[in-house]
Amino acid sequence: MSTQLNSKIPAGPLGDKWASYKEDVKLVNPNNKRKFKVIVVGTGLAGASAAATLAELGYQVDAFTFHDSPRRAHSIAAQGGINAAKNYQGDGDSVHRLFYDTIKGGDFRSREANVHRLAEVSVNIIDQMVAQGVPFAREYGGLLDNRSFGGAQVSRTFYARGQTGQQLLLGAYQQLARQIGLGGVRLFNRTELVDVVTVEGRAAGIVVRDLMTGEVTSHAAHAVVLATGGYGNAFFLSTNAMACNVTAAWRAHRKGAYFANPCYTQIHPTCIPQSDEFQSKLTLMSESLRNDGRVWVPKNPDESRRVVDIPEEDRDYYLERLYPSFGNLAPRDISSRAAKRLVDKGQGVGPLKNGVYLDFADAIARLGKDVVEERYGNLFEMYERIAGENPYDMPMRIYPASHYTMGGLWVDYELMTSIPGLYAAGEANFSDHGANRLGASALMQGLSDGYFVLPYTIGNYLAPMLNKAIPSVDHPEFKAAELAARERFNGYLNIGGTRSPDWFHREVGKIIWDYCGMERTEQGLEKALSELPALYDEFKKDLRVTGSGESLNQTLEKAGRVDDFFQLGMLMCRDALERQESCGGHFRSEYQTEEGEALRDDDKFCHVAAWEWSGDPMTAKRNVEELEFENVHLATRSYK
Amino acid sequence: MSNHLKDIILKIWRQNGPQDSGRFETYKVDEISDEASFLEMLDYLNEQLITEGKEAIVFDHDCREGICGTCSLMINGQAHGPERSTATCQLHMRKFSSGAEIVIEPWRAAAFPIIKDLMVDRSAFDRIIESGGFITSVTGGAPDANLIPIPKPVADSAMDSAACIGCGACVAACPNGAANLFTSAKIAHLNSLPQGQAERYKRAESMIEKMDEFFGSCTNHGECESACPKEISIDVIALANADYRKAKLKNKKFISRI
Ligand SMILES: Cc1cc2nc3c(=O)[nH]c(=O)nc-3n(C[C@H](O)[C@H](O)[C@H](O)COP(=O)(O)OP(=O)(O)OC[C@H]3O[C@@H](n4cnc5c(N)ncnc54)[C@H](O)[C@@H]3O)c2cc1C
Ligand code: FES
Repeated sequence: MSTQLNSKIPAGPLGDKWASYKEDVKLVNPNNKRKFKVIVVGTGLAGASAAATLAELGYQVDAFTFHDSPRRAHSIAAQGGINAAKNYQGDGDSVHRLFYDTIKGGDFRSREANVHRLAEVSVNIIDQMVAQGVPFAREYGGLLDNRSFGGAQVSRTFYARGQTGQQLLLGAYQQLARQIGLGGVRLFNRTELVDVVTVEGRAAGIVVRDLMTGEVTSHAAHAVVLATGGYGNAFFLSTNAMACNVTAAWRAHRKGAYFANPCYTQIHPTCIPQSDEFQSKLTLMSESLRNDGRVWVPKNPDESRRVVDIPEEDRDYYLERLYPSFGNLAPRDISSRAAKRLVDKGQGVGPLKNGVYLDFADAIARLGKDVVEERYGNLFEMYERIAGENPYDMPMRIYPASHYTMGGLWVDYELMTSIPGLYAAGEANFSDHGANRLGASALMQGLSDGYFVLPYTIGNYLAPMLNKAIPSVDHPEFKAAELAARERFNGYLNIGGTRSPDWFHREVGKIIWDYCGMERTEQGLEKALSELPALYDEFKKDLRVTGSGESLNQTLEKAGRVDDFFQLGMLMCRDALERQESCGGHFRSEYQTEEGEALRDDDKFCHVAAWEWSGDPMTAKRNVEELEFENVHLATRSYK
Repeated sequence: MSNHLKDIILKIWRQNGPQDSGRFETYKVDEISDEASFLEMLDYLNEQLITEGKEAIVFDHDCREGICGTCSLMINGQAHGPERSTATCQLHMRKFSSGAEIVIEPWRAAAFPIIKDLMVDRSAFDRIIESGGFITSVTGGAPDANLIPIPKPVADSAMDSAACIGCGACVAACPNGAANLFTSAKIAHLNSLPQGQAERYKRAESMIEKMDEFFGSCTNHGECESACPKEISIDVIALANADYRKAKLKNKKFISRI
C-alpha cells in the first residue's frame, strides 16, 4: 500500500489561502527567536535569501556552502531574467495569468496552491531586489524594462543585461554578508554536507566534511533547510556548474525524506552543441535570445551552400511553422524535442551536424546592430569565445542540453519535507514547476521560498519547541552518522581500482542521457535499469581515488558526488518507467499524440510520485500525492 | 573541424598545503584538441595523473562560463592568461600552439594565502563586503520597485560596476597586491544608485578601511584594469576615493545633503 501524503494546503479560495495561512500561523516572539538555531545548507538564491531573512528576524543561523564564498553559487550563472506579475507594461498581466501560465507550462502536474502563492509573492521579490540595489534594465524614462520569455504572451521578465542571476545572487549575498558582519549568521564555507541526522523522526542536524582538512563534524539545530540546488549534472554534460550535485538531497532521502518526480528534468533548447570528446560541460545561450532570433534548419539534409547563401524558401523555420501563435517562443520541452527530431532526421547543422540555427539576421535588419548588441551583446561575445564564430555574421548553432531539474525533495505547502523539521527550498525541492519549468521562473521560486515563504513557515514548526531541549552533537545518532561518513570516504580511498570518479561520471551520465533524456521508452529504461546497477558495482570495485583524506582532495569530493548520482540515476529511470504517460519534460515515446506532442493520462497519473528510501534505489517505494485541480481546467497544452 | 595541438609542456606550481614551501613540476600533454578549453586540458592532465596513481592538481573552478569568479590561475605570468577580458575558464586551447611551454601558478598576493597547488583563499573579499558592501533593506519592507525612477545611464553605469565577478585577478596583477578595483567597483555600484545614498559615506569609509587591513595600497599602476575579465574601469577607484575623502570630512551632516 502506498502512503497518502498530506500536503497541508490551507482551506479556502485559492487567492486567499496564503493570506489566511499567514494570519493563522504560529508566531515566535521576537525575543525568543534567538533561542532557536536554524541550519541553512546552500547559499544560492534560495539559501542566501532564507539565511539572511531568518537572521534579520532574530534566529541564530548557521549557513553552509561547499563553495569558497556564497557569491559563487550556481544561481550566479542564470542569464535571462526573473518573472513577476507586475504588469508594468500594461499588457494584461496579472497574478492569475502568471499562475495559469506556470500551471499550464508545468503540464498540469504541479500544485495549484503553491503556484498561486508563487505568483502572488513574485511582485514582492522585484521590490525587494530593487531596494537592495540590483541594477535591473531600465527604459529611458527611468522605469523598469521587461522582456518576454518562452511560454508567455506578456512581457513580465525583469533582467539585468544577460546576467540576471549574477545580480540577484549578489543582492542576496550582500544581504547575507551584512548579517554575517552583524553576527546573525555564522558562515561555514568550503564545507560539504555529507549526511542529515534525525532523532526520533525529527531533523536534528547535519554531518559535514571540511573540504580543506577532511575533518568530519556534526552540527545540531532546531530546524534544517536544504537549499542545495538541482541534480542536472546526473547527465554529466549539462549547463550546470561543475560542482552542482545531488548529495545533500540524496543523503536526506536516505534518511527518510521522500524524493518527488525525479524523472522530471528539463532539457534547455538553446545550448552550444558539443564540439569534442574533452567537453566537460555545455554552455547555455539564454532563452531570451529566442525573442529576436529565428530558429531554422535547411530543408535539405545534404545542403552544402554557405549558410548565408541558403535562400528563404530552402529554410525550415520549424517552430514558426509548427506553433504559429508562440513561434520561436514555444516552451522549452516542445522546442527541444522539435530540434532533436530534425537532428535525428539528419537535418542538423555544423561540423558534427548536431545543432540547429538561431539566426539574428532579421533582427539586425529590423532593429539595427546597436539594439541587438545592447540586448544580447555579452551573450554574443560568450558564443564567439566558445564556438569561434561571430553571431552578428553567422547564425548561432544551438542544441538542447540538460539544464534544470523540476524533481527534487518532496515538500508540503510549508516547504517541509517528509522529515519534520527538515525543509527544502529552491531547485532542491519539487514544488512549483510540475513537469516543466517556464523560463525565468526558477530565480523567482528560489527567492520566493527563501524570502517570503520559509521565514513564515519555519516559525510555525519552531513555536511549540520553545524551551524544549534538542539533541546535542553527542547524541549517538550524530556519532553513528559521523562514523559512517568517515568510513564512506575512507572506503573510496581504499578501493584502489583503476578508474577515476570522472570516468564513472561520464559513463553513468551517458546511460542516463541515452535512456532517460529527451525521449524515453519502456525498453530503453529497462536497459538502463540493468546497466546502471552493473556499472555501480564496478564503481564500488574499480574506483581509484589518489591523494589522501586529510587534506583538500577534489578527486575524493567527486567520488562521493558520483556515488550519489549513481543511486539517483536508478531512481530517475524507475520513476520514468512507472510514469506511463508523457508530460512536460518527461516524454515517453509510447505516449504521444498523432502530431508527436506529449500525451498525458490524467486518469492514472494526475499525481506526484514521492519515492521512499528502502535501502536500495532499485526497490524504493512509490507513494503518491493526488493533484486536485479546482481552479483550472485540465487542458491539453497547446502552443499552436 | 577541430585541430589537435601536440606536445604541450606545462610547468605547474605544486604545493601540498599552506605550510608547504611548494615547487614547480613539469608535465607533458601529448595531444589535445584546440576546441578544448584551458581547464579541460587540465582535466585531461589530471585524468592522466590519476591513471598513473598520482595526486591530481588542485585548482578552483565551477561555472566555466566566466561568471562565478571561482577560476583563477596566472598563465605565463598573466592573470587569467593571454586573452583580454576572458576568465581562465573561457580561454581555449586555440589560443596556443603545438610545442608551447606554459607556466601555471596560483594568484600570488599576501591577502590570498595558498590552500593547495593552484587554489588560494580569497575570503578577505568577503570580509570587505561584510563591512559595508550592501544596502540595508530588511526583507518585506521595500516600496514598489517603480516608485523611484532611475535614469537609464545611471542604471547602466551601476551595472558596469556591478559586473565584477570577485575573481581576484585585479589583486593578483597588482604589484602591490591592492584590492582597490574590487572594493571600488562595489562602492561605485551602490553609491551611484538612489537606494544606496543613505549609507553612501559610511559604506565608502568602512569598506576602504577593511580593505586596508588585508591588502596593499594602490599606486595607480592600472594593471588591475587590464587583467579584469569583466573590463571594470579604473575610474571606479577615483569615484570611491572621492566618497572616502568626503566621508572623512568633519562636517558629515553637510555632506549627507550633497
Ligand atoms: C546556465 C543557467 C542559466 C539559467 N538561467 C535562468 C534564468 O534566466 N532564469 C531563471 O529563473 N532560472 C535560470 N536558471 C535556473 C536557476 O539559475 C537555478 O534553478 C537557481 O539559481 C537555483 O538556485 P538555488 O538557490 O536553488 O541553488 P544554487 O544556486 O545551485 O545553490 C546551491 C547552493 O548549495 C550549496 N550546496 C549544494 N550541495 C551542498 C552540500 N552537500 N553541502 C554544502 N553546500 C551545498 C552550494 O554551495 C550552493 O551554495 C538557469 C540555470 C542555468 C544552469
Ligand atoms: S569558473 Fe566561473 S568564472 Fe571561471
